Amino acid sequence: MSDTILELQNVKTHFPIHRGFIFKRLVGSVKAVDGVSLTLKRGEVLGLVGESGCGKSTLARTILQLLPTTEGRILLNGKDLTLASRKEMTAIRCHMQMIFQDPFASLNPRRTVFETLAEPLRVHNVCDKKDVPQRVASLLETVGLSSRFIHKYPHEFSGGQRQRIAIARALALEPKLIIADEPVSALDVSIQAQILNLLAELTRKMGLSLVFIAHDLSVVKHISDRIAVMYLGKVVELGTATEVIDNPLHPYTKALVSAIPQPDPDSEKNRHRIMLPGDPPSPINPPSGCTFHTRCPHAIEACKVAIPDLIAHKGRFVACSRIKDL
Amino acid sequence: MPHLVNDRFNLIIQTHSHAMPFLTVADLRTYFHTRSGVVRAVDGVSFSLQRGETLGIVGESGSGKSVTCYSMMGLIAQPPGKIESGTAFFDGVDLLNCSPAQARSIRGKRISMIFQDPMTSLNPYLRIGEQLIEPLLIHEKISHKDAIKRGIEMLEAVGINDAASRISQYPHEFSGGMRQRVMIAMALITKPELLIADEPTTALDVTVQAQILELISKMQKELNMAVIFITHDLAVVSGLCDRVQVMYAGRILETADTRSLFYNPKHPYTQALQKSIPANQAKGKELFTIKGLPPDVSKPLPSCPFAPRCDFAVERCLTEPISLTALSEGHAQACLRVQAKEI
Ligand SMILES: Nc1ncnc2c1ncn2[C@@H]1O[C@H](COP(=O)(O)OP(=O)(O)O)[C@@H](O)[C@H]1O
Ligand SMILES: Nc1ncnc2c1ncn2[C@@H]1O[C@H](COP(=O)(O)OP(=O)(O)O)[C@@H](O)[C@H]1O
Ligand SMILES: [Mg+2]
Ligand SMILES: [Mg+2]
Repeated sequence: MSDTILELQNVKTHFPIHRGFIFKRLVGSVKAVDGVSLTLKRGEVLGLVGESGCGKSTLARTILQLLPTTEGRILLNGKDLTLASRKEMTAIRCHMQMIFQDPFASLNPRRTVFETLAEPLRVHNVCDKKDVPQRVASLLETVGLSSRFIHKYPHEFSGGQRQRIAIARALALEPKLIIADEPVSALDVSIQAQILNLLAELTRKMGLSLVFIAHDLSVVKHISDRIAVMYLGKVVELGTATEVIDNPLHPYTKALVSAIPQPDPDSEKNRHRIMLPGDPPSPINPPSGCTFHTRCPHAIEACKVAIPDLIAHKGRFVACSRIKDL
Repeated sequence: MPHLVNDRFNLIIQTHSHAMPFLTVADLRTYFHTRSGVVRAVDGVSFSLQRGETLGIVGESGSGKSVTCYSMMGLIAQPPGKIESGTAFFDGVDLLNCSPAQARSIRGKRISMIFQDPMTSLNPYLRIGEQLIEPLLIHEKISHKDAIKRGIEMLEAVGINDAASRISQYPHEFSGGMRQRVMIAMALITKPELLIADEPTTALDVTVQAQILELISKMQKELNMAVIFITHDLAVVSGLCDRVQVMYAGRILETADTRSLFYNPKHPYTQALQKSIPANQAKGKELFTIKGLPPDVSKPLPSCPFAPRCDFAVERCLTEPISLTALSEGHAQACLRVQAKEI
């Protein structure tokens, strides 16, 4: 078995924009994901960061084939998911699960914990019917919930407990890959730490691969082995978590990192912030050349023309034509 | 606007020459009487604020940060809410017990507030300009034309390019960060002496958050206003605030100048909260966690509401009366065992 569980080759997901009421005309597209190439190793945690709207969730949903791929290949264990039939996909989905930001929205309010967790076991015939209760109880134990809770409904739980239930559901089919889209963003710090510990422990113990999406960079740094930084649908920097956050190279990553407030008043007083002007441009009509040139403090004329590739630089990958001069 | 003060020295002179501090909240209790019981959202909160000062209020969700400020601003729906006790003196006027006319002359003019989600506080069907100048038209004798002029100046001051044409646009034509700038412009257009900002950057990206935080500090210096900044994120207050108070279950557990709170926290909850921030911990190690769950303020709580989750709690933390007691000038905390120098 190869070392790589997931490989993305130049993946693009564009949403068509139609105008007109009766005669719908195609007038353009939202280039939400616009040429992403990445690999994920077995047991690896890959962090995905970037401002809202940069395409993180779209990429996650594309990997799971919840959205059609516009272009590119998505290889899970070497098999191209973009070519898989619907029936094949149903089987493949058992190996990939997703956890969302808002566990309240993703759990059925009219189902008890038992019903929520038993359903995937039954649908996919994972175990004997008589063993289902035991499996459910052991899933709950895995995520640190008492089996006393088994017949309760989602609204009877706190946010952190609901996220544990969502994690238990994701684990029910013993997936190889989990994509967690902002799983701790809605939680308070004290609860956030509990869920992060749980996710880290599960990936380690069960050999899971995890794509972890979040906007809090210190959270992502903590849990990830490597981090990919996205801007307008493209990866602009990719490297080990510590390197990317402690010593960012791409001008966008530098600005992003410098904007994180630190819980340390003295260093806050003396720090130099790189202020990015305005908001990210629209992915409907992204800027020419390097899409970051409109906000980049180092942009020169050439940046408006040449599209930079993600190339190896100082032990990581950076998409900036000027990287050698900076 | 009365007395503009520019430096610390003047500030001291002025507070001494005033009978009352600028803002003094004492023993504020705001409860919600719901079908499932009495929610003690704010349960005995006291604090004060100097002119020009920035106070951070931090705490996890449900700790009573918003309700504290809504109570001062008259934004609590009664019923189910009820302000059970307390006073909030603002420049000599008790906001909680004054006449409606007095309250109107202060709220929205001398005290303004901004909220987490600018979209819910902007009317989608009205042009930005109309909403922006509304407080001016209410509180000042000013012509519509002059108000629009002030509106444009204010939009420019908060960093909106092309303000003269953008003032006639609708909220949906602005991005999230731009809307928050409009909200700030709207809050500041009457040149308030106190700005209450309730998680104004929580819904924004870090890059935009940095812009907004810088804007708030800049406007604060220009207008010499006091700011109450509410957030659940300790990191945000560290660079912005002069003083920080930590809330838990409707009470203040610790209050100190910002450096003391970060470098010398005394209350076990403040210490635990700080330790659980990932940025403060070694990568790859298990994160420090606070055991148990946040308190349910609709149920009776022990004397120290944090005791059930506290590693240092002993029997008397559950029963003995506890008060926020000063350890040193400006640094007070509400742990019995710290007060008794046991921990
Ligand atoms: N179903 C959709 N139709 C059209 N545009 C979409 C759709 N989903 C997302 N987008 C757009 O794609 C871009 C990327 O969105 P998203 O992947 O949600 O970003 P992120 O998760 O990084 O915040 C945004 O501009 C968003 O508005
Ligand atoms: N209108 C209301 N009815 C009932 N309970 C409320 C109402 N508003 C707030 N609360 C409760 O008051 C407590 C404090 O809320 P809040 O001040 O909004 O917390 P914070 O701003 O610190 O997150 C919470 O338990 C909340 O559920
Ligand atoms: Mg998203
Ligand atoms: Mg609040």
